[in-house]
Amino acid sequence: MPTAPARATQRRHRAGALDIRNIIGGLLAAYGVILTLMGLLGDPETDKTGGVNANLWAGLAMLVVGLVFVAWAVLRPTYVPDGGAEDPSAD
Amino acid sequence: MASWAPTVLASDTLIDANAVDYLIVGLYFAVVLGIGLMARRQVSDSVDFFLSGRSLPAWVTGLAFIAANLGAVEIMGMSASGAEFGLPTVHYFWVGAIPAMLFLGVVMMPFYYGSKVRSVPEFMYRRFGTGAHLVNSISFAVAQLLIAGINLYLLGTIIQALLGWPLLVALLVAAVVVLSYITLGGLSAAIYNEVLQFFVIVAALLPLTLIGLDRVGGWGGLTDKITEAAGDNPETAPAAQQLNSWPGNALSGFDSDLLSVVGIVFGLGFVLSFGYWTTNFVEVQRAMATDSISSARKTPIIGAFPKMFVPFITILPGMIAAVLVSEIADTKAGEQVAGGTGGTVTYNDSLLYLMRDLLPNGLLGVAIAGLLAAFMAGMAANISAFNTVFSYDLWQRYAVKDRDDDYYLKIGRLATVGATVIAVGTAYLATNFSNIMDYLQTLFGFFNAPLFATFILGMFWKRMTATAGWVGLVSGTLSAVAVAFLSEDAFGSLSLGVIPVGGQGAAFLAAGAAFVVDIVLSVVVSLVTRPKPVEELKGLVYSETPREDLVDADEASYPWYRRTLPLAGVALAMVVVLNVLF
Repeated sequence: MPTAPARATQRRHRAGALDIRNIIGGLLAAYGVILTLMGLLGDPETDKTGGVNANLWAGLAMLVVGLVFVAWAVLRPTYVPDGGAEDPSAD
Repeated sequence: MASWAPTVLASDTLIDANAVDYLIVGLYFAVVLGIGLMARRQVSDSVDFFLSGRSLPAWVTGLAFIAANLGAVEIMGMSASGAEFGLPTVHYFWVGAIPAMLFLGVVMMPFYYGSKVRSVPEFMYRRFGTGAHLVNSISFAVAQLLIAGINLYLLGTIIQALLGWPLLVALLVAAVVVLSYITLGGLSAAIYNEVLQFFVIVAALLPLTLIGLDRVGGWGGLTDKITEAAGDNPETAPAAQQLNSWPGNALSGFDSDLLSVVGIVFGLGFVLSFGYWTTNFVEVQRAMATDSISSARKTPIIGAFPKMFVPFITILPGMIAAVLVSEIADTKAGEQVAGGTGGTVTYNDSLLYLMRDLLPNGLLGVAIAGLLAAFMAGMAANISAFNTVFSYDLWQRYAVKDRDDDYYLKIGRLATVGATVIAVGTAYLATNFSNIMDYLQTLFGFFNAPLFATFILGMFWKRMTATAGWVGLVSGTLSAVAVAFLSEDAFGSLSLGVIPVGGQGAAFLAAGAAFVVDIVLSVVVSLVTRPKPVEELKGLVYSETPREDLVDADEASYPWYRRTLPLAGVALAMVVVLNVLF
């Protein structure tokens, strides 16, 4: 599930090579999907968690947070000047 | 729950991870290396490599600012301290870190960013010249190597606990991964990874804390169980001390309440923490990578907000582990329990055991990824700060001058490789100390407390001379070392025990002594030596710098929540409330 790096590459021309929000959002969303599936299909191991399906709830929460980050990056993209960093402060 | 047999073999793994956990961990590493590869295409000159081209927004550097420190110190050290001492550990955050971070943003950052220096030692050079610069650069470089070694050691022990690899193999593999992502992308890659790591670590520790609290029956259940355990074991700190942050006698090692409070406020809060947060280039470097003086000042202030709540996901799990995990509870009761990462269970193992007992496969993978990420980020931060200081402040200034940018970029990459190799060696040094916090605090006392004294005097007193700069630093550092040797256990078995203070109190005392000696000698030496001409002090000393150079002209037009001072005020008010509540 390599969604995170792929997403960042797509937006390159617009947000620079690396919009950190896409990377964070992509990774958290991917984790969210994996954990949600574990929660639905796997053993919830309630003896450890004290009765809560921890994977399911944590997975859903991560999915939401991840999607919020991606949405933020899509709605408010970062633009960088062509040719990388122009830095007047360099000696 | 089946408790582990006491005859655990060293090759057994502490935690049972399955394929899904490995997938989660693998995904993290793929992203980290991907960031390095992508960042590499963007690195065009040495300012890019070392200072990220000064282009990052404040929320990114703010999170990186605290994430750079969210490695060994916070996660293992703070949960260990939470398990052992309980709530007084929050002083590291609410008396220690936060006020210092706010002070850095409000008062000191304009000098750092405005003078366009590339490192903290370079500021030293501009203000005091060669002597102080050389002392600062070398002591900083050495400290970073030692601390990188500690982070690497912790990383190795986790890999060992997880995969059952021998420590040496684990150390080498961990070192190679860290090395590849910094040499590929420089500071940008390190900062991006830190921010990413921050979210992964929260995603790991927050569920762990919530499940743990649920299992012990909420805050009420936790206090009941700690009270019960403390009642059964009179050798540990009494429950009242574990459950209230003040006066924190067990943490400071002072019997007297008054001395304990003074020790915590002056030793930890003022000298150690201000020294650490305001002069440590690992931290300051993150703020220097921002796009404006306003962002640079806001970096530590924005970082202060999440930092306030970090104790709830580090110290609290430690306290929970001490009552919920049988191995840690037995250790706290004074027993020697076989197991853990080092053969015998120590408080540093609290978090790993809590993960084992509470997290289902899946979340366990996130937790492992988070811990690995934290240690790698900690080590990467030390090494990226080291290579900046080594290439600019030592190599370019004293060894080979006036070469082109490519040359110093290459030296920076070589320094990274060299530092990683040395860190593998220092990782072995770290094995001699049972409580890693003590070791780190001892180091900070030597390097940061006198540095802070010299900086603050130099920034506000134009009369302070170049000679005073290096004399203060050297004498301050030596007095810290002397006090540590004379204390009961700051240097473990090497300490002589002449001064009857042990534990964290010894580190506070050493730092305090370093601060006082530095100030006194700096003033005395300044009065008998010749000061620098006033015109050379513009941008370096408060009274000689025009006010408009210290603030961002655009900032007045921002809404209040994007301005430095209102943000700092809100953070300060919140931390006062937290101190009153606990």
